[in-house]
Amino acid sequence: MKLLKIQQILEAEILVEADNMDKEIRVAFSADLISDVLAMCCEQALLITGMTHVQVIKAARICDLSAVVFVRGKRPGPEVIELAKHNGIPVLLSRLTMYEASGLLFSAGLSGINQISDPH
Amino acid sequence: MNEQSREEQSLFLEFPLESLDFMRAGEASSELKQRLKKLGVKPELVRRAAIAAYEAEMNVIIHARKGTMRVEITPARLLILVEDEGPGIIDIEQAMQEGFSTASQAIRELGFGAGMGLSNIKRCADDLVIQSTPDQGTRLQITINIEKSDR
Ligand SMILES: Nc1ncnc2c1ncn2[C@@H]1O[C@H](COP(=O)(O)OP(=O)(O)OP(=O)(O)O)[C@@H](O)[C@H]1O
Ligand SMILES: [Mg+2]
Repeated sequence: MKLLKIQQILEAEILVEADNMDKEIRVAFSADLISDVLAMCCEQALLITGMTHVQVIKAARICDLSAVVFVRGKRPGPEVIELAKHNGIPVLLSRLTMYEASGLLFSAGLSGINQISDPH
Repeated sequence: MNEQSREEQSLFLEFPLESLDFMRAGEASSELKQRLKKLGVKPELVRRAAIAAYEAEMNVIIHARKGTMRVEITPARLLILVEDEGPGIIDIEQAMQEGFSTASQAIRELGFGAGMGLSNIKRCADDLVIQSTPDQGTRLQITINIEKSDR
């Protein structure tokens, strides 16, 4: 699913724009713990999270996440946006809850990590 | 390739780690990741090394006083050695269990303390050796094979 479509489905504000909003996202997962992010991350993945501190972006950078969505309208501080920008990690902000955001994307056909062949 | 040229091809990196330094937290493993990428290490191995290094780095920052991360890269393998001065791990087997964590509430609010770090390291490593002396410190030796890696 294209990142642009994800942004539209979640009616999300773009906090950090991708070089290419048409970039393909293969899989998504939700997590509110850093080590869960690192346990579940895989290629071309989208993270849906309620954590808005800078450690999230540091973890995203470690595991090459394709994009991050902050839910429940929790707006991260400028240092978070700065670090994401610096590392080329697109960031969206949605007013939806984590459940709603995940459910909408899942219904629209975006896979979870257990539905793809190589979850590592 | 003989042993001599192997020697010449090894590269050493060293990063100091400070307790509760959340400004610098994750920088050592991020820099390691960049270096490995530049060296042309296979992306899957870079990713495994980065995740293992990050979890080990965060454990020093969160649970210990100070430490160092040393990395030795040879054509055959990556060796990540993380040593700290700190409380040590009293029961390593228990610490390895997913979900076990002694992280404080303040640390949990930053999203740490899932009790998943050590198992993430084990999953990413081809070999993991943990040694710890209570009240002294902890030493993690993480090996990731480069040659003949079929993972
Ligand atoms: N370097 C260390 N020094 C002292 N204790 C440690 C160290 N590393 C791990 N531990 C102990 O082992 C436990 C489990 O570590 P692990 O990394 O698996 O989880 P965590 O750090 O608590 O949470 P997470 O890594 O999921 O954020 C820790 O809570 C801590 O008690
Ligand atoms: Mg940990």
